[in-house]
Amino acid sequence: MTDRIEQRINSLNKRLNSEKRFRIYCIGAMSFALAWVLILFLNIFSSGYSAFYRTVIQVDVPFLNLIEDTTQFTEMSSEDINNLSMYSFSKKAIYGLFPDIEEKKDKKMLIRLFSIEFEQEIREFLKSNKSNINETETIYLTASDDVDQVNKGNYPRDLDEDKRRIKDIQLLFFDDLVDRGLVSYEFNLPFLMRGDSREPELAGVGGSIVGSLFTILVVLILSFPIGIFAAIYLEEFAPKNRVTDFIEININNLAAVPSIVFGLLGLGIILNTFGLPRSTPLVGGIVLSLMTLPTIIIATRASLRAVPPSIREGALAVGATKMQAVMHHVVPVAMPGALTGTIIGLAQALGETAPLLLIGMVAFVVDVPQTPLDASASLPVQVYLWSESAERGYVEKTSATIMMLLGFLILMNLAAVLIRRKFETKW
Amino acid sequence: MGFILISLMILIGIASYFLGNLRAKNLRTSNQKNLKSLSHYYGYYVALWAVVPALLILLMITSFKSFFIEQYVLSDFIALGSYTETELSLLFTQIENTALGIKLFDENTILINGAVNKLNYINKTSENLTYVTVLGLSGLLVLYSLFNINNKLNSRKIVEKFLLVLYFTCSLVAIMTTVGIIFSLLYETLRFFSQVPITDFLFGLNWSPQRVFVREAGDLDTRDLANAFGAVPLFAGTFLIALIAMCVSVPVGLLTAIYMSEYASPKVRDWAKPIIEILAGIPTVVYGFFAALTVAPLVRDIGQGAGLTVSSESALAAGFVMGIMIIPFISSLSDDVIKSVPQSLREGSYAMGATKRETIVKVLLPAALPGIVGSFLLAVSRAIGETMIVVMAAGLNAKLTANPLDAATTITTQIVVILIGDQEFDSPKTQSAFALGLTLFVVTLALNFIALQVVKKYTERYD
Repeated sequence: MTDRIEQRINSLNKRLNSEKRFRIYCIGAMSFALAWVLILFLNIFSSGYSAFYRTVIQVDVPFLNLIEDTTQFTEMSSEDINNLSMYSFSKKAIYGLFPDIEEKKDKKMLIRLFSIEFEQEIREFLKSNKSNINETETIYLTASDDVDQVNKGNYPRDLDEDKRRIKDIQLLFFDDLVDRGLVSYEFNLPFLMRGDSREPELAGVGGSIVGSLFTILVVLILSFPIGIFAAIYLEEFAPKNRVTDFIEININNLAAVPSIVFGLLGLGIILNTFGLPRSTPLVGGIVLSLMTLPTIIIATRASLRAVPPSIREGALAVGATKMQAVMHHVVPVAMPGALTGTIIGLAQALGETAPLLLIGMVAFVVDVPQTPLDASASLPVQVYLWSESAERGYVEKTSATIMMLLGFLILMNLAAVLIRRKFETKW
Repeated sequence: MGFILISLMILIGIASYFLGNLRAKNLRTSNQKNLKSLSHYYGYYVALWAVVPALLILLMITSFKSFFIEQYVLSDFIALGSYTETELSLLFTQIENTALGIKLFDENTILINGAVNKLNYINKTSENLTYVTVLGLSGLLVLYSLFNINNKLNSRKIVEKFLLVLYFTCSLVAIMTTVGIIFSLLYETLRFFSQVPITDFLFGLNWSPQRVFVREAGDLDTRDLANAFGAVPLFAGTFLIALIAMCVSVPVGLLTAIYMSEYASPKVRDWAKPIIEILAGIPTVVYGFFAALTVAPLVRDIGQGAGLTVSSESALAAGFVMGIMIIPFISSLSDDVIKSVPQSLREGSYAMGATKRETIVKVLLPAALPGIVGSFLLAVSRAIGETMIVVMAAGLNAKLTANPLDAATTITTQIVVILIGDQEFDSPKTQSAFALGLTLFVVTLALNFIALQVVKKYTERYD
């Protein structure tokens, strides 16, 4: 008798234990998924935030060596200043940091502490302050990428010298400059404003932000009206027949087609058959709007379906035509849902990369595009491009670009949630 | 030019709406006659006449203009008869560049100069002509439709008919997209298979299209073609990476779904579910960067610590990160399915004395199985079509391997590798990318179809 009771208790304990274990597995799985969200974000943020400031080095520039009287700059036009030969003058200003250096090799090393556009930076300073230039001006010059990374602590200093891009003597110069208080950080505005560059310290996301904006604008202009009209037709007017069934099957299938196939469509039809210009936000936008249309149509149809039939019937009962009932009463009520769907579709389009690679939006573009017909990159493509580059400086820039991309996506999704909360009617 | 013309058209449209509206109101007050529609419908009616035909004409002009301009400019050269089609189009680009001020040639200067002058002349005239045609047509039609307004005209019907046709056309875009995809893929694929036998593509074991690239298209050896385009390594790599991804995402996704639907309190659910769904909203290029820069080196270091040789582009790293990306697809779909199992089944099971685990494993999962399998299939199709993670983190060279620590390449990776940057058309290398695209399209479509059928066919109805 006691044996059987013990057996029962044992088996019950076993079952309860396995229940406990199962619960732990479930919690483990969920924590695993949550942990990766955290790891991903921490990883990106910890390597990306440092791209938002940059290292600059103070240099005293003796303008008196360039010209006898600094007031003469006031009368010069921008063109005149562009024609001034300033290269050796700028170099001498930098040599002024270490007047004792004699050897040519060391001087070259010193120059390499700075970004290659140091002459340009001095010229820009001159242009914007030409009316009140003193005999000697203190200018903050952009440090080269290697110095920037060393200063931010991203670059291992204890490697062998021949494995390092930055040499011992440069480190010596750099430490001395730090001791003299000439090295400082400033907000990295050029990173937000400029286009791409082969030099990491000069590369910016401005071009790709504008490219992304143009692309999204094209997507909005094309897919919003087309998507909403198509949804209205299918939900409100379409007779139940083979054609409309076929359209519906098509829309559902398109939602499941891998994005790269849309890139092949863009390449085969839009570029090669219609001959639209390669690498442009216009073509990118067309391809991405074909891709986002199913999302918009499906969301709009769902919100049209949620409008109760009494609204339609009420309008029809007071003499409205079918079109009037739909356009004046049903569609306005369904608009918040359609907008939410559109914003989510746009967010998808903003993060999409693969189709853009195929239509050539991977070109190296230095200029910030002015119109949707200029060649340009987009934010996700910029991430791809920079992640392929070997220089250390691009790692933080890539992460920073991802941070901005994620920022835009979060804003768009927040907007979608807010629109839904604020304007959606509950029946 | 396009921008100014479009803005003018918009202005004309707005103006003609007010004109039509005004005329309808005037008619109503002066004639004491009843018009058949409300006056603003007459406004829309006039505006449609003003804008729609003119826009269609503009569209036609812009799409055929370049062809006629080319014919006209090159007429002297065509008359010579000694140029081939491709030479002519090259010549035209050169003439265009010369017209823009880029000096390209020294020979044939008289003909070229003539052509450049012609080009400049025709560009100017065609622009003027476009303005005159489009604006003239629009103006005429405004007048016509204004005088057409009378008490017999039911403009509401016409406007509504137009809207209906417009809506229908918009819904056809989905069909046109599908047709476009199938057409562009099939066209290039068929041209590819006319050079490379389809069996070599489907069953060949060696993928190295770059070999074809280095030769001139003229002296291609057929044996070379056969050996260069065997897609089996790509299929195997795609399968391997998708398998690794599923090994990560299926257990995690399913257990997460079970926790969410059966164990979690509403409070935990409310914050955990959106956080996990963030994973689905992150652009894939971000995962690619994460895989290539963080996970792949980590996998390599761990592997080397254990004494294994791990490629820095291992299939394991790419597959693992892809698995993480897919977790939310499986978890949210399975969550919905498990939740939709009727409460009576749960209660029946509890009443028999079953523990929660026993209820879930023996009652709920079997009941929800079709939906869960459907979600797995959708996830597989997602994994196969995923591009950026594998382009950035998986190998670029095709190699037949089943070792997850080795570099493997996928269909999508090869499409990107072949088509990125400048590509020459008419080469089997470029066309092979379209053949791969067609394979991908067919496989993902089939998977989605099967997933839908599984859900439809095997789902039990409990009510």
